[in-house]
Amino acid sequence: MIKIKAKDVDVFYGKKQALFNISLDIEENQVTALIGPSGCGKSTFLRCLNRMNDVIDICSVKGEILINDFNINDKSCDVVRLREKIGMVFQKPNPFPKTLYENVSYGPTIHGMAQSKQEMDEIVENSLKKAALWEEVKDRLHEPGTGLSGGQQQRLCIARAISVRPEVILMDEPCSALDPIATAQIEELIDELKKEHTIIIVTHSMAQAARVSQNTGFFHLGQLIEHGSTDKIFKNPDNKKTQDYITGRFG
Amino acid sequence: MNKNKEQLLNKRYKAEQRFRLYGLSAIFMALLFLTIFIFKIFSTGYSAFQKTWLIVPVTFDAELMMLDQNPSKEDLQDADYYDIALKSMADLDPNANEDQENELKRMVSYFFEKEIKNELLNDPNLIGKTKEVYLTASDDLDQVFKGNYPRDLTEDQRRVSDYQLKIFDQLVANGKVESKFNISFFTNADSREAELAGIASSFMGSIFSILVCLMIAFPVAVLAAIYLEEFAPKNRFTDFIEVNINNLAAVPSIVFGLLGLGVLLAIFQLPRSTPLVGGITLSLMTLPTIIIAARASLKAVPPSIREAALAMGASRMQTTMHHTVPLSMPGTLSGTIIGLAQALGETAPLILIGMVAFVNTIPGSPMDPAASLPVQIYIWAESAERGFVEKVSACIMVLLGFLIIMNLFAQIIRHKFEKKWS
Repeated sequence: MIKIKAKDVDVFYGKKQALFNISLDIEENQVTALIGPSGCGKSTFLRCLNRMNDVIDICSVKGEILINDFNINDKSCDVVRLREKIGMVFQKPNPFPKTLYENVSYGPTIHGMAQSKQEMDEIVENSLKKAALWEEVKDRLHEPGTGLSGGQQQRLCIARAISVRPEVILMDEPCSALDPIATAQIEELIDELKKEHTIIIVTHSMAQAARVSQNTGFFHLGQLIEHGSTDKIFKNPDNKKTQDYITGRFG
Repeated sequence: MNKNKEQLLNKRYKAEQRFRLYGLSAIFMALLFLTIFIFKIFSTGYSAFQKTWLIVPVTFDAELMMLDQNPSKEDLQDADYYDIALKSMADLDPNANEDQENELKRMVSYFFEKEIKNELLNDPNLIGKTKEVYLTASDDLDQVFKGNYPRDLTEDQRRVSDYQLKIFDQLVANGKVESKFNISFFTNADSREAELAGIASSFMGSIFSILVCLMIAFPVAVLAAIYLEEFAPKNRFTDFIEVNINNLAAVPSIVFGLLGLGVLLAIFQLPRSTPLVGGITLSLMTLPTIIIAARASLKAVPPSIREAALAMGASRMQTTMHHTVPLSMPGTLSGTIIGLAQALGETAPLILIGMVAFVNTIPGSPMDPAASLPVQIYIWAESAERGFVEKVSACIMVLLGFLIIMNLFAQIIRHKFEKKWS
């Protein structure tokens, strides 16, 4: 089933166009990887999906992005509700400089998702369990989140993102600042999370894309060159540029 | 080739060594100036914390005080103490003629009558008895006792006569002169008499001014900074505002004093010489300092924190209030305290709004006339009497102490906030 449907999306930074006519369908409960060389616009596209580009003054987005058949670029779309449904994990782990508990409970608090302390405790515990962090931190929930290791911090950010039970999770190179072991843990986690969430991951590592995703889109110079199942993209791409990139001839 | 390289390397090391030397000597110079400055102030000022007392036997003669038998408390209040006060001073030298009696009287402060009265009010049983009472020495004798008075001048160049010196030396020899901690320096308001002048009025005036300044400048500046940094669109108009705020920080303080004079006093008719007007004027001055500090510390909050909050579905307002502002608070607060410290030391604008007036009462609220510490320093530095010289230095010491405490406070706040999340 199609969860997100992007139609003819153009993005401009001031006068410079960063994305050209992107049309891409994203399947529900699957992992979609966006790959491509630096500066190709894959992160820009990702940030269109929860309208994080609104923060940048000079950035303007044109075209339609339908999530559950609702155009999020429409004026009637409320970004607060949108971002509650679409969580995001960033390249660099960015926990709030607050306790672990406060980090995870922040989303549910501002969206009023828990009626009691007990309910909140449950949400925090479940989110941390789903992020495979609970066992490591259950005894120090009230210590600062910034005191964790890089990999733990990133899992904390994932726990924070899933605490509001989003339908979609956007991940912007979530492992680029992590060591191989932490990366493996996160990848395992992504596999687990796709049962309940639709995941879109931007990655520089083609191996990672091949490992975790079912679908892949290849971006180059602001254009979506090719997209399809990961198997096909990696084994038998239609486009020569894709093949060159996959085989490491450029990028 | 190789040799050339070695020469280059040597040159580099030498350049670094020279640079270190320059740096060290710069620091040494700064420390030297600071030491000289502090030494000068302490060596002149420390004696102001001591006060000289003459111990004079006073006979509480009911007849001279015009008291009936069994006087009530009110009678004691209304009694005439001048005659017994005069008599006890005159008795210091039984052979004194009229002129000399006058000189004897001037050996103590004009407050001596009250000091004797207080003695009796504390212990009404003293009527008819004689008791040795501590009387504040005149400022000149105070200086003589502290060794700051040039005794080798000829008599007509001195304010202390030979006769007074003779009697004083006798008193010293008999152990009837004592130096004690000068409490009145902290509890008295300003006075024309150096021996009675204190900093209570200016200290309270400074505190009230700073509080008024803080209460106005802090909220306005923080709100302005938050709006400009987090909400305002970046366009020509906001650029224009930013340039103006920066310029405002560089405006000479006396201009703000003129503004206070012209607007607050002339148009709004606020009471002259009050910490209220002083505080408002100083807040205008402090405003840009705090805005700049607050904006800088808001800017220093990593954008990733904002993104994290926004991506969680926090509104802009929530992102700002829950995350950005708390994280920027340590920087904002230390900027605020720096601004306040500047305001505390400011003299020129306060002179213009009339806080330079002679105030001999201690203000109980920001609406009462008051002096302020820097202006007090200015007033005393202008005074001719020798007794004020040490007071100036002592007042500077108090002001510096005040500033050090404020800075310490800023450090503690900053430390506490930052320690939690390091």
